[in-house]
Amino acid sequence: MRTRTHIRTTVPVAVAAASALTLLTGCGAADMTKQASPFANARGSKTVTLSVQSWVGAQSNVAVAQYILEHKLGYRVDTVQVDEVPAWDALSQGRVDAILEDWGHPDQEKRYVEDKKTIAPAGGLGVTGHIGWYVPTYLVKQHPDITNWKNLNKYASLFRTAESGGKGQLMDGSPSYVTNDKALVKNLKLNYQVVFAGSEAAQITQIKQFAKEKKPFLSYWYAPQWLFEKVPMTEVKLPPYKEGCDADPAKVACAYPRTPLQKYLNAGFAKSGGKAAQFLKKFKWTTQDQNEVSLMIAEKKMKPADAAKKWVDSHPSVWKKWLS
Amino acid sequence: MATLTATTSSTRTPALLKSRATRKLLVLALAAAILAPILNTHWGSGAWPHALTVDLSHPLGKVNDWIIDNRDSHPLFLYFFGYISNAVVIAVRAVYLTLLAAGWAGVTAFGALLAWRLGGIKLATGTAAAFLTCGALGMWVPTMQTLALMVVAVLVSVAVGALLGLASGLSDRMDRALRPVLDTMQVLPAFAYLLPVVLVFGIGVPAAVLATVVYAAPPMARLTALGLRGADPEVLEAVESLGTTARQRLLTARIPLARKELLLGLNQTIMMALSMAVIASVIGAAGLGDRVYQALASVDVGAALAAGIPIVLLAVVLDRVTGAAGAGREQSGRGRSSHEQPGPLGGPYARAVALAAVLGGTVAVALAARLLGRPDWPASWTVDIASPVDRAVDWMTSHLYSGVPVVGGTADWAGHFTTWVLNPVRSGLQGLPWWAVLLVVAALAWLIGTWRTALTAVLAMAAIGVLGVWRPSLDTLSQVLAAVAVTLVLGFAAGIAAARSDRVDRALRPVLDVFQTMPQFVYLIPVVALFGVGRAPAAAAAVVYALPAVVRITAQGLRQVDPAALESARSLGATSRQQLWQVQLPLARRSLLLAVNQGVVLVLAVVIIGGLVGGGALGYQVVFGLAQGDLATGLVAGAAIVCLGLMLDRVTQPTERRARKGA
Repeated sequence: MRTRTHIRTTVPVAVAAASALTLLTGCGAADMTKQASPFANARGSKTVTLSVQSWVGAQSNVAVAQYILEHKLGYRVDTVQVDEVPAWDALSQGRVDAILEDWGHPDQEKRYVEDKKTIAPAGGLGVTGHIGWYVPTYLVKQHPDITNWKNLNKYASLFRTAESGGKGQLMDGSPSYVTNDKALVKNLKLNYQVVFAGSEAAQITQIKQFAKEKKPFLSYWYAPQWLFEKVPMTEVKLPPYKEGCDADPAKVACAYPRTPLQKYLNAGFAKSGGKAAQFLKKFKWTTQDQNEVSLMIAEKKMKPADAAKKWVDSHPSVWKKWLS
Repeated sequence: MATLTATTSSTRTPALLKSRATRKLLVLALAAAILAPILNTHWGSGAWPHALTVDLSHPLGKVNDWIIDNRDSHPLFLYFFGYISNAVVIAVRAVYLTLLAAGWAGVTAFGALLAWRLGGIKLATGTAAAFLTCGALGMWVPTMQTLALMVVAVLVSVAVGALLGLASGLSDRMDRALRPVLDTMQVLPAFAYLLPVVLVFGIGVPAAVLATVVYAAPPMARLTALGLRGADPEVLEAVESLGTTARQRLLTARIPLARKELLLGLNQTIMMALSMAVIASVIGAAGLGDRVYQALASVDVGAALAAGIPIVLLAVVLDRVTGAAGAGREQSGRGRSSHEQPGPLGGPYARAVALAAVLGGTVAVALAARLLGRPDWPASWTVDIASPVDRAVDWMTSHLYSGVPVVGGTADWAGHFTTWVLNPVRSGLQGLPWWAVLLVVAALAWLIGTWRTALTAVLAMAAIGVLGVWRPSLDTLSQVLAAVAVTLVLGFAAGIAAARSDRVDRALRPVLDVFQTMPQFVYLIPVVALFGVGRAPAAAAAVVYALPAVVRITAQGLRQVDPAALESARSLGATSRQQLWQVQLPLARRSLLLAVNQGVVLVLAVVIIGGLVGGGALGYQVVFGLAQGDLATGLVAGAAIVCLGLMLDRVTQPTERRARKGA
């Protein structure tokens, strides 16, 4: 059904569009790998397109990179918000030029970096990421032993919500994030129900609501993250991570690893992107720097550009190295 | 037989109707009595039997990989999709560069002059104010990007729609073949299309434009066909008697006669394309939609609203201007025919002069702005609405969320709604044996339509089972049912109020306008702030989105009730309440059914997007598929949504269907 309607409508469009274009360009193969956004390079200035992911840390990277590209190097910057895996695809096709914060996608790395060579690694971001289960610190003060997974079943009733049935609620976020939580709950025999908030925005909103009333909650969360400054949270100890213990997604029964976050560039852009590519390869800062910018954006509601300007103005020693 | 039906004439019709309904039900009951035990022993009852499912994840995964591996080399992509993609990019870019070259002054002048020409000075002022507001909100460049995208998407949709409409307007066979296709395209929630388009075209503008075309072409096709078919047969006969060829008849008589429908089609296409502009931001469409989407990621309702308002303004301006084009043309045609009319086309010369004036004015203003050195929107001319809005939302959430005396907070309501309504409906649906669900669907669809409608509905429902997503689909269905129930209660009440009082009607109209055109994404964060994460906020967002259509159709239906019938009821001494219940509502039955149908379709669309706020079920799977590039999960869920939409549409389909999706 799907394909039929689709074909029916695209065929006339296709015929019309293709014939129009053939008239314009003569016959030849159209290269799907080289397509920039129609909005790029609009006024004769060179444009760099950066992929922004939905979480604020990624927005901070992009905001600062954008500020420096625009104000110190004279580029125009476009940003596109897409999810992580589609962003890899977009990067390989040149729709975006760079991903500044990648949390590890082995399948994509193999396909695009090793096999097709359409994406080039651009070094580390300098920030180490870690995913885990978190409870609010005010809850830990009441129940100090809640921070070990072995005791979670004892407290399941504390975390019950309308969505979790009779079980405790473990709140997960966006479907685009790396998660083993369903398998973990099953394999660790926890009396919990994983409830997907569906987006990080929804998850943050809900966490803030819980925190405002000092209600108990258990949530999938990750560091570095600005929300820790607003809602102090403590990680729940899961069985320790060992190399390869998460190899089989169905049998995972260990914590998440610590991931040094990586940058990736489109291969063509890495080669011929000039100063912009040079700069993005050297871009490297600390968790603390990133959080500073994130907090300005998400909590003080500053525009990303203003937050970036403020950070750039006060940390010249950090970013001057990126331009040398 | 004759003696049995020979009752008094007043009860004959209802009795007959009733007996037809009972007969249908009896047939179904008989079928169930025979089939149920057989099905039970074969596959058991409860959820859809595993033996009857087809696992598509493996083949779909292969398709996924094949496309990615061959996208750069296979001729299908090099010589076909590649061209489409390039054509879209070139076209959008051309429009965008033109808009940028005109600058804010030029674009505003063009809009205002065109509006003035078509609809008078009031419309012109409104148009100019709308454009200037977009600039003042700091959204000029995104607005131009969206406008460029819209221009191309609308042109392609209109071309495709007009071609399809021409085919089905001229040939009965094409009409029969196309009708189910267009039906399906109209009930598909837009979210379900995105994945396949992205896979082929990648993230970005081409995919967004094509997804928009799939969404926006059907109203054009339908209205074109309607216009061609509705042409006055006497005029056609007269034209035929002049010895014209079929082609001449089409060009000189049928198409001009269908002008009103064609313009309405254009109007509808624009509206639908705009609503898609935001959804398409999930696949990188840039522009205003992208701003809304990015603002939501940082939980910034104010910024989302700042990008949402230009979308509403664009929608209102485009709606009024195309509306004025339709009305104005008719009037001027009629007005001139009484004087000396230059030609059958209403004065091509006069029109050319007007167009030249509009263009000339635009160029003059654009050049003037450029000479003054202000081609870009000046940064200092922007107003920040984000912080006051955010403060308002913060106030709402901290004062209404919980602990409100007597009525309880919104979070408590959401909890009660989930435990008392959503959960029982879901477990009820999931607890029913699978064949019983099919039976209920068949019964409902057959009672309201023909056996064909029933068959389509049952097949759609069965397809969901075969795809192996029976349980999540019933979960989604339970959310739709609960949200529709709330929508109908509120919508009918507001609709009745609006129909009976002009003041209420006037007060409601702008509110409904805004709710209807404001992108659905803007609602998502406020509903989470008020109702927490889960299925309740998804339902709440769906209610807000579907309400305007239900209110409008209800009010319109009630107002159109034959005044003579009301008058006679009044003369018989019926009270206001009796008039409503015994005259107006029964006579407006058809409109009410249409309202139900529209409510269901719109609610389904938003419940799916509710996957972004914890709605779970099919919506989550579609989001997951998009986010993870997982064709198997996303496409299967998308197909299930389509089937669910078809089933719901058939089960609630009134005999006459409107040609528009969003009412």
